[in-house]
Amino acid sequence: MIAFIIRRVGQALAVILVMTVLVFFGTHVIGDPVWMMVPGDATQEQVEQVRREFGFDQPAHRQFLAFLRDIAQGDFGRSYVHGGPAFALILERMPATLELAFAALLMAVVLGIPLGLYAGLNPEAAPARAIMAGSILGFSLPTFWVGLMLIMLFSVMLGWLPATGRGPTVSVFGIETSMLSLEGWRHLLLPALNLALLKVSLVIRLTRSGAREAALQDYVKFARAKGLSRRRIVGVHILKNILIPIVTVLGLEFGSLVAFSVVTETIFAWPGMGKLLLEAIQRLDRPLIVAYVMVVVMLFVTINLIVDILYSALDPRVRLTGDTA
Amino acid sequence: MSAEAGMPGAEMAGAGGLGRFARRFAEDRVALFGLVLLLVIAGLALIAPFIAPQNPYDLARVDIMDSRQPPGARAGDGFTMWLGSDGVGRDLVSGILYGLRISLAVGLVSGLIAAAIGMTLGLVAAYAGGRTETLIMRLVDLQLSLPSVLVALILVALLGKGIDKIILALVIVQWAYYARTVRGSALVERRKEYVEAARSLGLSHARTVFRHILPNCLAPVIVIATVQTAHAISLEATLSFLGVGLPQTEPSLGVLIANGFQYMLSGKYWISFFPGIALLVTIVAINLVGDRLRDVLNPRLER
Amino acid sequence: MAAAGRGRPVLEVSDLATHFLTREGVVKAVDGVSFAVHAGEVLGLVGESGSGKSVTGFSILGLIDPPGRIVAGSIRLKGEELVGRGEAAMRALRGRRFAMIFQDPMMTLNPVLRIDTQMIEAVTAHEAVSVKAARARAVEVLGLVGIPAPEERLNAYPHQFSGGMRQRVAIAIALLHRPALIIADEPTTALDVTIQSQILAEMQGLVRDHGTALIWITHDLAVVAGLADRVAVMYAGRIVEQGAVDSVLDSPIHPYTQGLIGSVPGTARHGARLRQIPGAAPSLLRLPPGCAFEPRCARAIPVCRAAPSLSRTPDGRAFRCHNPVPQGAALPEMPA
Repeated sequence: MIAFIIRRVGQALAVILVMTVLVFFGTHVIGDPVWMMVPGDATQEQVEQVRREFGFDQPAHRQFLAFLRDIAQGDFGRSYVHGGPAFALILERMPATLELAFAALLMAVVLGIPLGLYAGLNPEAAPARAIMAGSILGFSLPTFWVGLMLIMLFSVMLGWLPATGRGPTVSVFGIETSMLSLEGWRHLLLPALNLALLKVSLVIRLTRSGAREAALQDYVKFARAKGLSRRRIVGVHILKNILIPIVTVLGLEFGSLVAFSVVTETIFAWPGMGKLLLEAIQRLDRPLIVAYVMVVVMLFVTINLIVDILYSALDPRVRLTGDTA
Repeated sequence: MSAEAGMPGAEMAGAGGLGRFARRFAEDRVALFGLVLLLVIAGLALIAPFIAPQNPYDLARVDIMDSRQPPGARAGDGFTMWLGSDGVGRDLVSGILYGLRISLAVGLVSGLIAAAIGMTLGLVAAYAGGRTETLIMRLVDLQLSLPSVLVALILVALLGKGIDKIILALVIVQWAYYARTVRGSALVERRKEYVEAARSLGLSHARTVFRHILPNCLAPVIVIATVQTAHAISLEATLSFLGVGLPQTEPSLGVLIANGFQYMLSGKYWISFFPGIALLVTIVAINLVGDRLRDVLNPRLER
Repeated sequence: MAAAGRGRPVLEVSDLATHFLTREGVVKAVDGVSFAVHAGEVLGLVGESGSGKSVTGFSILGLIDPPGRIVAGSIRLKGEELVGRGEAAMRALRGRRFAMIFQDPMMTLNPVLRIDTQMIEAVTAHEAVSVKAARARAVEVLGLVGIPAPEERLNAYPHQFSGGMRQRVAIAIALLHRPALIIADEPTTALDVTIQSQILAEMQGLVRDHGTALIWITHDLAVVAGLADRVAVMYAGRIVEQGAVDSVLDSPIHPYTQGLIGSVPGTARHGARLRQIPGAAPSLLRLPPGCAFEPRCARAIPVCRAAPSLSRTPDGRAFRCHNPVPQGAALPEMPA
């Protein structure tokens, strides 16, 4: 097990290194970073001064090593727009984004698994067909447009829920969350639903195909032959088997939720790091973009690690191979 | 046990196979509806200049006095704006028809380029093996592990605005799907006898790949292509909506929706609503077709 | 043989018909099957795959799913009619009054649940006992089927067992409630020959000790010869011949039974040559109007195009054939 974890951590570090190279290449080689840092009417002298000051006159590999050293120390430079250290800015906004992504994941699971189970166990029933048709609609809907329509319906027309911003937050163990107050949930509901939409369809489809496959397995027939109730067969025997692929995929999809929150946060003015990224892109705030990319890459790598460990906790067969490795 | 009878393998080789394939596709009425819808949408986009009441690019025809008119209002020129007008006075029906042209074109062009690049690399990986294969597949893994919307955002941030930049970004987020799929099927096909037979006849490598392996990888590629095209159209709209995609001079559906965003809170819903419906219907139609293709072309999922 | 006169049978199946209503037509998987099993008796249900022997087993347990349906006949467990009972009533019987063991032990135990979970739930599904008591019962039956150190093995997952051990666990689960009837659907075909014979011997002992009726579904005549008291041979959804195992295997009446015996290496007797039955089993969608075996039968005569009715011999054997195999000196009193 320990060897397994060490190997996985090694792989994770390799991925981070590769991404660092790619980010460096993208920002330092494709474009000349100096032009993003000087005013449009800068003189040749000013340009050269900035170039020396930031070390852009050095050879590429020296610049890369300096870049690596800075990153290792958590120094991504200062945001041109906000002035503060880029890394701190991202970290400050991260909890809001994670909260949003987590709420969306929760919604996807709570809505998707029961619907998918029903559709998988009663494939010919009319409601099951409706669920499947709905799931095609679900992954066809453009997220940003659905966000607009949610605001239109629930905020402008019905006036039930606020359209923008994050509600009041409560601090729990140093983490600010809006999930502990009604007003917080009122603000969280629409953006989370918006973000969850794509994943609901995914969970429905995964659960449905998993349930259809599991229902045909001998162990289900054997469980029936033992005289178990339908509820126990579905809730324990089938669900536990299909939970493994669902947890794996959802874990990996958490990354894409964080990525897609750029869209949702922009629409709902949610003060997360996605909104910060979009502002950084629009204003060409390079250190902030780099910091965001590196933070997200590390987040992904960490999630993948957690998913791997969760996976082995759920599937006893994997645990065994982990022990012997 | 009842399944023993009548299990046709879903091969689509030869004209007879194609006929049977078409029949099986049409068995699903919803998918057939999707296909018809898709053809109608594509047709409308194609003949947009002839049927649109207004050329939304022709500034001489667009009157600022007509701006933000609700659906059904009469334009200064006398025609009825059935879906209303946007913030600068463009007729939304015309805007949507022209917007469809751009959205579909961007989706198709990026899809075709990505398919060409991805399939080539996938075939090379499967056929060459060794280091080449490892390198290509590691790239594929890396690409697929990153969410496409994020990659596309960062790319346009680096590359800048413009239709060519958007297409490039969309190609970069799509190619890996084709490469992975084609490599997978090519590896299976490669082991089959006919490749050996073709080789023993003295055919060149390139000829073996393109005449023998490629046609047999087509079924999964067609499925991927529908899904990816829908995805590309949606992604372009998203980027344009976020203001980092297509410029105002090339108003795709996403740009139209973005333009309506600011009027939304004052209740002028139609500027964002109708282009969004057009986008949604297009994507749903493609996905319905793709979903059915997946069922028909995949013998494992039969029944 | 000895069991035949022992009062009311544990299970009585008469004229059972289970059909599958598919898009291509009605598949008559089981069509007019009758047999009985007594306490302590082993009935071997023999046939090729697709002959309807497994469907017969699932019909008894009430585990036929749409598009399948029991369309006619009666199944009586100790006199109680099972056909037409609701799902809840059947569920209360399954695992308690009768149990089933499946073919592939790799597939019948849920791979992600521990053995104790799967055994305890089988106990508590029918009896309101504490988990502790259920666990004690599990330990007891695991010991009964020859699993060493059952206390520790309970905490294992199925993949940590060998195939033979897994099948023993499945048998133990079937024995949890001391059922009156066990249906075993080819439970040893997936196992090694040595383990197969061990399990056969153990099953035989358990059935004898507990007075359980056992239906052993198999395509393997050698297994039947060693284990069963009586045998029923199925072909295309019908029982073509049944009787005491020794007399059926020694002197088959139905040409199909004869063909089966002849095609099994090692069971061919009296110098009969090893040979295949020509042709293939008919599609259950398009059965011939008469005897289903007629197209493949070397002894077919014109009258075989009409369905043969059930004939009986004085020694309690039954068969469906217009032109039965002539009986040798062993049974001189056989009618022609």
